[in-house]
Amino acid sequence: MESTIVKTVDYNAYFGDNHVVKNLNIEIPKNHVIAVMGPSGCGKTTFLRGINRMHELTVNATAKGKILLNNEDVMQMHPILVRLKIGMVFQRPNPFPNLSIYDNVIAGYKLNGIKLPKAERDKIVEESLTNVALWNEVKDSLNKKGSFLSGGQQQRLCIARAVAMQPEVLLFDEPTSALDPISTSTVEELFHELKKNYTLIIVTHNMQQAARVSDKTAFFYVGELVEYDDTKTMFTNPKDIRTQNYITGRFS
Amino acid sequence: MENKLNYRIAKSKFFQILTVTLAFACVLPLIAILLFIIQAGITKINWHFLTNIPKPVGETGGGIANALLGTLIIILTASVIAIPIGILTGVFLSENKKSKLAYWTRLCVDILQGVPSIVVGIVVYFWLVKPLGGFSALSGSVALAIMMLPIVIRSTEETLKLLPDSLREAAFALGMPFHRMILKVIIPCGISGILSGVMLSVARVAGETAPLLFTAFGNPYLSTNITKPMQSLPLLIFNYATSPYNDWHDLAWGASLILLLFVLVLNILTKLITRKWKVQL
Amino acid sequence: MDGTIMEHESVTPNGSLPLGVSVSQNAPVEVARKARRLYRQIWTEGFFKRLLVFMGILMVILLIGILLTLIVESVPSIKSLGLKYLWGKTWDPVQDVYGAYPFLLGTLLTSFIALIISIPFSIAVAVFLGEYYPKGWLPDLLKNTVELIAAVPSVIYGFWGLAVLVPIVRSFEVKFGVEPYGVGILSSALILAVMVIPYGASLGRSVIQMVPSNLKEAAYSLGATRWEVIRQVVIPYTKSGLFAGVLLSLGRALGETMAVTMVIGNTSVIPKSIFAPGNTMASVIANEFTEADKPVYLSALIELGLVLFLVTVVINMIGRRVISQFTSE
Repeated sequence: MESTIVKTVDYNAYFGDNHVVKNLNIEIPKNHVIAVMGPSGCGKTTFLRGINRMHELTVNATAKGKILLNNEDVMQMHPILVRLKIGMVFQRPNPFPNLSIYDNVIAGYKLNGIKLPKAERDKIVEESLTNVALWNEVKDSLNKKGSFLSGGQQQRLCIARAVAMQPEVLLFDEPTSALDPISTSTVEELFHELKKNYTLIIVTHNMQQAARVSDKTAFFYVGELVEYDDTKTMFTNPKDIRTQNYITGRFS
Repeated sequence: MENKLNYRIAKSKFFQILTVTLAFACVLPLIAILLFIIQAGITKINWHFLTNIPKPVGETGGGIANALLGTLIIILTASVIAIPIGILTGVFLSENKKSKLAYWTRLCVDILQGVPSIVVGIVVYFWLVKPLGGFSALSGSVALAIMMLPIVIRSTEETLKLLPDSLREAAFALGMPFHRMILKVIIPCGISGILSGVMLSVARVAGETAPLLFTAFGNPYLSTNITKPMQSLPLLIFNYATSPYNDWHDLAWGASLILLLFVLVLNILTKLITRKWKVQL
Repeated sequence: MDGTIMEHESVTPNGSLPLGVSVSQNAPVEVARKARRLYRQIWTEGFFKRLLVFMGILMVILLIGILLTLIVESVPSIKSLGLKYLWGKTWDPVQDVYGAYPFLLGTLLTSFIALIISIPFSIAVAVFLGEYYPKGWLPDLLKNTVELIAAVPSVIYGFWGLAVLVPIVRSFEVKFGVEPYGVGILSSALILAVMVIPYGASLGRSVIQMVPSNLKEAAYSLGATRWEVIRQVVIPYTKSGLFAGVLLSLGRALGETMAVTMVIGNTSVIPKSIFAPGNTMASVIANEFTEADKPVYLSALIELGLVLFLVTVVINMIGRRVISQFTSE
């Protein structure tokens, strides 16, 4: 039985007067991987960044409506609290260059001033790195800075950093578009594992990726949610003509 | 957790307010200085003040005409020396990015920019004052020119570096020789940046005293002879302000106001002109 | 390059034809005229290029000349006083006793105190303009005003310091029961602090703006507050750039002459406290250069100038090095 973890109610997002996300109503089930697709400028990234209240960091950015996380309205909570429950991984891997790998993983705790006993910190670091299949590769260089890691490893480090905070939802903004094919497939394999404990919302430009990793797919077009269905159905039998055109490559 | 969060948010707000306060507090001394000099100097300035030389101690009245004229002459002479050399060197650096000489030249220009002004004064004393047998406006101008050079060179180089190579190629393709390309295409396109560099360098040296202490030295009389000592505004202000005579203090206040206004207006003008004359690429 | 001129001569304003296109009956005269102009152009171009190179060499010669002059004129002092001149504690030209220690101390004290006072303000301006409010009319106004601080001539700072700041400092000194000189190390440091703020601030602002927003977003997404992002991401990232800004301010403070000369009290002894008068290397040169009647006296002053030159050069070089390393990463 699917239970909903994230639900938006008439969510609208603006950049100044530009109405970028229009009347969004979507329900996201727990422990699923949701792919969000659409042509450039369709509002998918704005929607994603709205969920963890990063949208409003941009000048002139505003939003209306509700976003419910387990029936609590995220728009009414303090953004910092929201971001502790929802993690984000960005397009370009961005580990903190002045911190070691170890410190990068627990950066969330460190930045928030949460002091943990060493045993617990070690446990979190090991678990998070294991969850992203990085533990074996870096366990002997935890104190080194992460600049020697490859792009794929850096991105997995960023995922470990987000996962270490034990959020309920993980947001991914085109997480593999800056990676090579091998790193991409390693990260994609992670998604299957991660969804056991988390809910993943992934914005992607890559339809094959959406088809490979997601359970459900949402298709956005010019700010509106056009179609939202099981991935298999969406790709084999899209109901809306716009979805069909996008999938068959009429526009991208 | 909530309490900790509130504390952190409060801390963030506190530091924001602290930063804003400190940032704006910096300008308080500047405003204080401006206001003080305006009120101290404005009453001293009148036509008599501007057109007469200082009277000997004990006599009231007098003015700063010698300093005004002297500043003008010294700066003009310094500019005549520094501007062509500066622009040409800037052109050299921007057209020769990789040569070994350009590396050393650039290094020397950077070092020159940091040389204390009094050291420049000392050096020009030995180069010009001693050999020529006395203080002179010319030696003062040379010292000021040395200080103007790095500013003119840098801004010329930076401005010209920004111009795309396609401009140069277009000129060459039309059959222009190198010197024409530079003089008729590149420099005109970069004129706003070059001009701002020139104006900034003038504003900088207009207020310089130290290099003139042992070169132009100062002169209580009106003079236009650049081979003899000459008075300039900063020199007058320094000498009269540190003297024990109130009359001379008054002259110094009036001179300070004029110098300050001159420098500030020049700086503001530079900013405005740079914006207006910038060539859109 | 020369080939270009031979092959494509442009149409000149008087409308003459390019060389090589079919010529009229005036062929020999036309060709000769064009050839002469061409040769002239080629000669001018070569001359111009050589002129540019000459300018480059001129700069190098200029700097070397400055260094050499300083060294040569310091030789009499170095020969007769030796290196212990630098830590000699007494300066008494009348008795022919020369010791530079009071001035080294005076310079270090005024500059470092000025730095310490100015750094919080410089960083505040840099963070304000680089992080909190990079755009808008008010930040622009602040930026321009701070730049104007650097534009005010130092003799005007000195005069104002003498007329306004020194009496204020004097009244404070009376309150605290210290010798009420008014002039002294502290007053000089205060004026220097104000003069030096723009240098650290402008460099600081540039490097703070260079922090990739990617990095800041990562910190925000982990739940950091604004201040936490600044302290834990922006500042560590720009550490070396900020340090270079401090170095730049220091270099400026060390070489500052006029404002310090007018406010420091011109006493060539080791200052008893920061409230006491003293002298810096630059101020003693400014005051005593034209009074120096003995060759060793003059040479001792020049040697101070040489030390000042070398120190400021080294500091500026280190600052440059740090910046270029920072921007190339």
